[in-house]
Amino acid sequence: MRSLHHVPFLATIGGSGIHDVILQLAGVDYLILGVYLAFVIAIGWILRKYLKTSADFFESGRSLPAWVCALGFIGANLGAQEVIGMAASGAKYGIATCHFYWLCAIPAMVFVGVFMMPFYYGSKAHSVPEYLKFRYDEKTRAFNALSFAVMTVFSSGISMHALALLLHSILGVDYGLCIAVSSLIVLIYIYTGGLTSAIYNEVLQFFLIVFGLLPLVLLGLKDIGGWHGLTTQLQGYSTAQGMPGAWGHLWANMGDTKANPMGIEWFGLVMGGGFVGAFGYWCTDFLVIQRAMAAKDMSSARRTPLLAAFPKMFFPALVILPGMLAVALFQRGAGFNLPLAADGTPNYNMVVPAMLAQYFPNGMLGIGLTALMASFMSGMAGNVTAFNTVFTYDLYQSYLHKGASDAHLVRVGRITTVVGLLISVACAYAARQYNNIMDMLQLVFAFVNAPLFAVFLLGMFWRRATGNGAFFGLLLGTLSAAVFHGLSLPAGEAVGIKGGWLGAHWIFGSSMAQNFWVYIFAFVGCFVGTTVISLATPPNKTDDQLRGLVYSLTEKIRDVGTKWYARPAVLGVVVLAGAVALNIIFW
Amino acid sequence: MHLDVRLPLGLLFLLLGLVLIVYGFTSRPAIYVQHSLGLNVNLFWGAVFALFGAVILALTRRGKH
Repeated sequence: MRSLHHVPFLATIGGSGIHDVILQLAGVDYLILGVYLAFVIAIGWILRKYLKTSADFFESGRSLPAWVCALGFIGANLGAQEVIGMAASGAKYGIATCHFYWLCAIPAMVFVGVFMMPFYYGSKAHSVPEYLKFRYDEKTRAFNALSFAVMTVFSSGISMHALALLLHSILGVDYGLCIAVSSLIVLIYIYTGGLTSAIYNEVLQFFLIVFGLLPLVLLGLKDIGGWHGLTTQLQGYSTAQGMPGAWGHLWANMGDTKANPMGIEWFGLVMGGGFVGAFGYWCTDFLVIQRAMAAKDMSSARRTPLLAAFPKMFFPALVILPGMLAVALFQRGAGFNLPLAADGTPNYNMVVPAMLAQYFPNGMLGIGLTALMASFMSGMAGNVTAFNTVFTYDLYQSYLHKGASDAHLVRVGRITTVVGLLISVACAYAARQYNNIMDMLQLVFAFVNAPLFAVFLLGMFWRRATGNGAFFGLLLGTLSAAVFHGLSLPAGEAVGIKGGWLGAHWIFGSSMAQNFWVYIFAFVGCFVGTTVISLATPPNKTDDQLRGLVYSLTEKIRDVGTKWYARPAVLGVVVLAGAVALNIIFW
Repeated sequence: MHLDVRLPLGLLFLLLGLVLIVYGFTSRPAIYVQHSLGLNVNLFWGAVFALFGAVILALTRRGKH
């Protein structure tokens, strides 16, 4: 989930000097990295031949098969914040981190595939903001397009910053050099190959991460004595932390905020994280939706998030387990230390580099590092492609230059790619300068993104929702998020950017718990606001205009001709059943 | 017709796999004792990489016909 894992880990990359993680690379590691980078650039170069129209550049000509889109869908989400942040959380929170997958991702992915994709793909909108224009009105679209554009360039800047900080810390590479090289490579492959190039690279990156991290997990498990050894050590660690059982259970410790290291209880977790946060991200964020909209037909578009949900279900074994293993190895003693931050507390964000340094000799080390680089770059590229599409279609073509020719739009898209990356670089340097920027961004996500899902939900399933209702509902959602943020504070934090500026009436166990409740208030504010204002204002669209955009006015899709096992509803049920089973097994 | 993504994917994994295998044969055994529990992970996992790459390339060829 974008809003949770971008920010917290950045402030604490880098070490204390006591247990600094330093990777010693050899020629073979550079060779491996070099081979990968050559492939990345070559893909863009080859694809440029096929790129003729703006539809090719921004939407891959709506021509890709479902499995490619699905890997792009999951790859774009699998930025390094995900890889490094999830392992960090695995160490910090234990197996409960899997909630970000089995609770806060799978159900939302099923929902968007089965219920929402028909409207996104079927409306022929180029982007999520454009759907809002068709369904509501111009101002709702402009609001969404603007806030989304700002968030994507910031996110890509933060990805860049995180990469540079990490490489500087573990390899001693110059910060500016990292920024320059990574942005240049992303620029080259998007400039030449557009969205297709970004998606193809996400496919490569997906497999690199799977094959790059799997041996790390296997070696770690072998070392600790298998699953049994892991759970035994985690049990000891949980007890030592004063929260018996917490690191080894998903739900058992969720009854009380003091019984789990997340500092949260099940209601806030389910409603804030699983519902508002997750559905707000997976169902409305154009970054991921764009990948599904590049599919060659409706059936493929719907299957994209569903097929992506299968690997997603098993990703905790790759990205969370390394963190849990690190904690278990630390608990066992004998040679493995958790990396420490300057103040002597564990620096969870260095867990993945520390595990790489522990288990990978030169050779595999190059693979591990390449997988990390790949995930940083695809995180950046995902944001940049979403940004150039929204800017070109929803801002430039709509307000700045109506009736621009197709070739002109491709040119604008390319220039926007350059400009977007330049702004990202500026954001990276700003983030380096001011730590507050991360907290700030976290707030923008919570305030602007969280209410959005209410507007989509009402728009797609209630035909009476109006343009004014949506627009002012969104503002109300943002307002209620801000007010709740002002009235609440995570325990131990100072009043200010973390909240409490209207008086700290509610104290939360962690900023994550506070965030989840901010989400809940944002959603409720927007939902109620949109409903009430819609009923008070006349409808601004006729039923005819809403055909294909609203559930009750759209012909139901009959999956005839599709084999039964490939039908979205069947896939959705299978994935959901799998997620439920996992929740019970690791209860 | 577009470039089939399986072509660069298969080539990349085959190539990286071969690099790992060659390095696995030529590197000092001591690094595996130090890091990977005595297991020559480069040789072993390089074979997995190369095999995966080869399978993907075979699928690419089949996709063409």
